Amino acid sequence: MSLEYYLILSALLFTIGVIGVLIRRNAIIIFMCIELMLNAANLAFVAISRSLGEATGQVFVFFVMTVAAAEVAIGLAIIVSVFKHRQTVNVDEVNSLKG
Amino acid sequence: MTIELIVVLLVAPLIGFLINGLLGKWLKGNEQLSGWIGSLAVLVSLVCSIIAFASLHGGAAPFDETLYEWITGESFAFNIGFRVDALTSVMLLVITGVGFLIHVYSIGYMHGDEGYTRYFAYLNLFVFAMLILVLGNNYLMMFVGWEGVGLCSYLLIGFWYEKQTATDAGKKAFIVNRIGDFGFLLGMFTLFAAFGTLDFASIFEAAEADNFQKVFGASTLVIATLLLFVGAIGKSAQIPLYVWLPDAMEGPTPVSALIHAATMVTAGVYMIARSAVLYNIAHTGEVVAWIGVLTAFFAATIALTQNDIKRILAYSTVSQLGYMFLGVGVGAYASGIFHLVTHAFFKGLMFLTAGSVMHAMANELDMRKMGGLKTKMPITHWTFLVGALAIAGFPFLSGFWSKDEILHSAWGSSPIIYVIGLVTAFLTAFYMFRLIFVTFYGESRVEPDVDSHLHESPPVMWVPLAILAIPSALIGLLLGWGGHESWFHHFTKSVFPEAHHDASGNVILFMVISSIVGLAGIAFAWSRYRERTPSDEPTNALHRLLANKYYVDEMYNALIVQPIKNGSHYLLWRIVDNGIIDGIVNGVGTIIRFIGGTLRRLQTGLVQVYIVSMVLGIVLFLAYYLFFT
Amino acid sequence: MLLSIVIFLPLLGVIAIALLRGLGASAIKGIALVIGLLTFIVSLGLYTGFDTTTATFQNVTQQAWIPGLGTSYHIGIDGISLWLVLLTTFLTPVCILAAWNSVEKGLSGFMMSLLALETGMLGVFCALDLFLFFVFWESMLIPMYFLIGIWGGERRIYATVKFVLYTMAGSALMLVGILALYFQNNNSFDLTTLSGPFEHSHLLFLAFFIAFAIKVPLFPFHTWLPDAHVEAPTVGSVILAGVLLKMGTYGIIRFCLPLFPDAATEFTPLIVPLAVIGIIYGALVAMVQPDLKKLVAYSSVSHLGFVVLGLFSKNPAGIQGSVLQMINHGLSTGALFLLVGMIYERRHSRMIVDFGGLAKGMPIFATIFMIVTLSSIGLPGLNGFVGEYMILFGSFVQGAFSKIYVVLATAGVILAAVYMLWMFQRVMFGTLDKTNEALPDLNAREIVVMLPILLFIVWIGVYPKPFLSKMEKSVGLVVTQVQTEPAVGRAGEQILQDTELALHGTQRAQNEKIEKEAETK
Repeated sequence: MSLEYYLILSALLFTIGVIGVLIRRNAIIIFMCIELMLNAANLAFVAISRSLGEATGQVFVFFVMTVAAAEVAIGLAIIVSVFKHRQTVNVDEVNSLKG
Repeated sequence: MTIELIVVLLVAPLIGFLINGLLGKWLKGNEQLSGWIGSLAVLVSLVCSIIAFASLHGGAAPFDETLYEWITGESFAFNIGFRVDALTSVMLLVITGVGFLIHVYSIGYMHGDEGYTRYFAYLNLFVFAMLILVLGNNYLMMFVGWEGVGLCSYLLIGFWYEKQTATDAGKKAFIVNRIGDFGFLLGMFTLFAAFGTLDFASIFEAAEADNFQKVFGASTLVIATLLLFVGAIGKSAQIPLYVWLPDAMEGPTPVSALIHAATMVTAGVYMIARSAVLYNIAHTGEVVAWIGVLTAFFAATIALTQNDIKRILAYSTVSQLGYMFLGVGVGAYASGIFHLVTHAFFKGLMFLTAGSVMHAMANELDMRKMGGLKTKMPITHWTFLVGALAIAGFPFLSGFWSKDEILHSAWGSSPIIYVIGLVTAFLTAFYMFRLIFVTFYGESRVEPDVDSHLHESPPVMWVPLAILAIPSALIGLLLGWGGHESWFHHFTKSVFPEAHHDASGNVILFMVISSIVGLAGIAFAWSRYRERTPSDEPTNALHRLLANKYYVDEMYNALIVQPIKNGSHYLLWRIVDNGIIDGIVNGVGTIIRFIGGTLRRLQTGLVQVYIVSMVLGIVLFLAYYLFFT
Repeated sequence: MLLSIVIFLPLLGVIAIALLRGLGASAIKGIALVIGLLTFIVSLGLYTGFDTTTATFQNVTQQAWIPGLGTSYHIGIDGISLWLVLLTTFLTPVCILAAWNSVEKGLSGFMMSLLALETGMLGVFCALDLFLFFVFWESMLIPMYFLIGIWGGERRIYATVKFVLYTMAGSALMLVGILALYFQNNNSFDLTTLSGPFEHSHLLFLAFFIAFAIKVPLFPFHTWLPDAHVEAPTVGSVILAGVLLKMGTYGIIRFCLPLFPDAATEFTPLIVPLAVIGIIYGALVAMVQPDLKKLVAYSSVSHLGFVVLGLFSKNPAGIQGSVLQMINHGLSTGALFLLVGMIYERRHSRMIVDFGGLAKGMPIFATIFMIVTLSSIGLPGLNGFVGEYMILFGSFVQGAFSKIYVVLATAGVILAAVYMLWMFQRVMFGTLDKTNEALPDLNAREIVVMLPILLFIVWIGVYPKPFLSKMEKSVGLVVTQVQTEPAVGRAGEQILQDTELALHGTQRAQNEKIEKEAETK
């Protein structure tokens, strides 16, 4: 299979992630969509790495996965604490940074 | 003469000042001591002055030495240095001699005053500053003394600081003097620009050299001498800056005698006499003479209608200073200084006698409330009479000699000036004897409760009066006998350049004319005021104009003081500073605030809005790169 | 090394107070005072060890700091900065003593700010590296911000923000200027290696000059000053007037004049009128102020106008006078603010109308106030006169601009007497009312605060030579740097030559000159 299919899949996944982040209100789902975007990038990395015959891309994927794991840990913790304070995870209601 | 002598002469009053000033608290219980310390300090100076004089008289060369470098750099040097020549020596004797007597007099006069030690501290400081003024061997030193005496004058006029009029007068004196100092400073700068030094000796030597005008042109000296004269106008109360002197009478009377009659106010005359060389070359003496004679006349007319003894004396001082300027202006420098000396004695004497009257009359100054004091205060009366006769030009008394010399020289310069001077002499005799007749003769108009206390002053006051009366009467004869060949002219010949013109005409004739005019003034006063009290209300327009001193103070107030005050307050402070400048500054702040306030609406706090804008941005950039490049 | 100790000793004091502040108020004050005095004593070593025969920087220390940025820790002093360093180290202990009982809250923070401020100010005067200079310049803002913002009066927040923003606006421009110099100087910030002419020197001159003009403050950049002074605590005002304003004039003499002489010459016709306007305008506005502190603040605008005038006269007398006047102004205006502070502590008012007749109840206070007033007016025999005289004299005789400006500036001398004496009269003279009758005279501590200042006021007035001789060479260097071309026209040159002649044996020299002229003809 040619590289294009992988990249198209990656782009689709990324777009789904972006749209999800933009239109959903639930913080958990937004969070999942962000993960989706990260994994779309991972997919592109791996695919290109394979097609170029270089390992660098795959190394990057490991980095991304580590960062993603850390992000999940912190992000979920934040969401839990937001829920504790506000009894909601709806991002429209969390706007204390409004100028 | 050694530098040590000069330093002792100079420093003695400074020590007196420091003792009275710093230890005043401890001296308070013993005010006599404080007074004698002050007097002793001046006595030391007097002795030193006499030694210096004797040495000069004995033929010693003028003393001129630098004590230390003051403000120096590579291209300029201003030193603390002293010069004692005939002119300085005469001034020294006047300052310390009259000064000493006035110090002694003050011991009695200021008795019981709360600020007794402060008074003597100031008085000593004044003598110190005045000595610097006349001892300096360069213009900057003169300026130092000049400002110093101005300060002491300020402090002493406002000595009774709880009185609003007194502090107002002090402030006015200082500020008006500052206007003069402005001219003095610029004059000094001009001189330095031309000569590269401010030392008298170097400047005069260079100016007298034939080639000076080739290098610098005469206009430099014209400007410099006129600027210096502005300083003299301020300090010596000439038109148009005379207004401070009559107000200065708010100070204690001995102060008026010492500072505002005998010494400080004559500093301007001294300065011009000192710069005689420059005035001769620049030919600016004529300006000096005209200002002088006009002031003499102008002030004399005001004195005609005043009823306050001290104010009459003050205007008389302004008038007599005018004579001195007339003298030095027409090139008769020695005569001008001669009049300065005689005036110091007789006017000092008259102020002290006026003080004696005040002392007895519970500080009353209005002569309409006096009359017939002759019997109650005989010594005061006789000494005052001596002074008045001297100033009126009564034959053979001191004022007669000096005034006559000046008028004689004026004739040689311009007959018009001479005539104005002569008329002024008549007016002088008239207003002085108006004062005498109203105060000391006729019916007593003294309030009964004051009358019961009316007494002759204590010896510590009348002895200085008596001592002063002697030179007031005789010094003219001693120093001035022989006109331009007199001892005084001889002694000061080394200091002054030759006059432009020889005084012409018959000396005796001039003396006779002056005497007649003086006697006529006395007689006229006798005919009008022997039995009459001056009326309370001015009777006609001229009288009203004179009684209100030509409304000069009101004019200055309306034309200068108020516009500056209001302009500064409303225009500069309120409009320019708070309105425009701060308006712009705060305006910038307001604009930035406004922009921030508008932009902050973008900050919704909703994460998704941020992301939408981010994505939109990315899309726009990508689109731009894909389709437009 | 000595210089580094002087600069950082106060910082040590900050740390010490931070660590030991639990020991109580008197310990904090004690530490601050000891450190302040110690710094002053150590700084006297700079004076005694100062070599007057050279114009180069002395006590130089150079250490690598951030080599990659081309900046190093490079400090040193010359005859100009020496005096400003001494002024700073002198005023700081005076201020600590003056603030002894007046700080009600946050004493440790107050003292720490004061000492940190001292380090910042000293650093500004000693830095020989533009980057280092900028760091100190900005760092000194922070403690001052706190001093006004925390211990100030009612509108302190407005005043302190105005002060900081004003200064920042200028220093932002200066930063650009510094960077531009950096790139033109082989990527180095070192001041001693800088040598012109620089590209865009006009813009660079302006960038620096505006920053300093705001600090001076030169008309019309002065409106932060009255607000800052009125709201600042006494000590803040003293430091502000005494030292901070001098950083502006110091900057002009250290950077604007020597680095961009051409631009300085070209902008002189613009700057000198501003200075003269400042002199007269400041005096006139000071005259009508109802608030004592505002009056003194506006008088500073007037006095600093003299300093700027002297600097741009570009000749030894004028610039020496300006440097001396910086010290004088620091002393006399500092003293005025101290005195106003003392009276404020007693009466809780600074309004002139609230006073009157104080001379009767507080004779010592009145006497000291009088002396300081006279010093500010410029009475001969006191310090103010020497500086003012040299400035006016230098500007008039050899000034690189029209004499009419000097005449106007001299008129400012009259106005100084007007506003100061009028104020003095209204505060000190007249009758004493009930409220003011109860005010006690100065106590021993307050007299001790004032005496050293009075000593210097008289000393500089009577014998300024030690002060002038130390700065002579350094000022001379600045003059040669700034006079790239004859600053004055033909006529001026003539006068200069003639002045020279007149100095060296007036008569003979002139004769020779005329003979020579005759020969050439």
